[in-house]
Amino acid sequence: MTKSELINRLAERFPQLGAKDADYAVKVLLDALSAALVSGDRIEVRGFGSFSLNYRPPRIGRNPKSGEKVNVPEKYVPHFKAGKELRERVDLGLTKP
Amino acid sequence: MTLTKSELADLLFEKVGLNKREAKDMVEAFFDEVKSALEEGDDVKLSGFCNFQLRDKPQRPGRNPKTGEEIPITARRVVTFHASQKLKMAVEEFRRGNTQ
Repeated sequence: MTKSELINRLAERFPQLGAKDADYAVKVLLDALSAALVSGDRIEVRGFGSFSLNYRPPRIGRNPKSGEKVNVPEKYVPHFKAGKELRERVDLGLTKP
Repeated sequence: MTLTKSELADLLFEKVGLNKREAKDMVEAFFDEVKSALEEGDDVKLSGFCNFQLRDKPQRPGRNPKTGEEIPITARRVVTFHASQKLKMAVEEFRRGNTQ
């Protein structure tokens, strides 16, 4: 399912809103999720999961071509942990046809 | 700080002009549609934010860490999250600008 398919499904579920509002609503939601992570906030959605940042300490890496040592600075990467309901529903999908 | 469904609903109320009821239902529906797609075995690609991919894991041997007893970890399907390049860059750039 792509973003535009998600928008279509939501537009069908909210016929009173029209496609433009469904489109804008998805944009507002995704922008808010991104903005929260960018400023280091956690996101918690019961039954779905939580998003947070994971810290990666600085390390000495190597350029695989030249073998030269390079300093890789510390960084933060987005992380997602599926909630209980999502985990269970996804796993059920394995046994369904 | 933690972002939750109620703040997301407030944003839909303020920015999209949905009424409070619709805003709450829309947030619920948004996550529900993603869950349903994943449950049906369909990967989800939210361009600019992330991809959710499904992986089927075979059964593997495991152990009860308390008793040391060997028990198989059953075959299962799990969701993996991949942040988009855009999101990763935005996080890194912001963090770099705000180094402690």
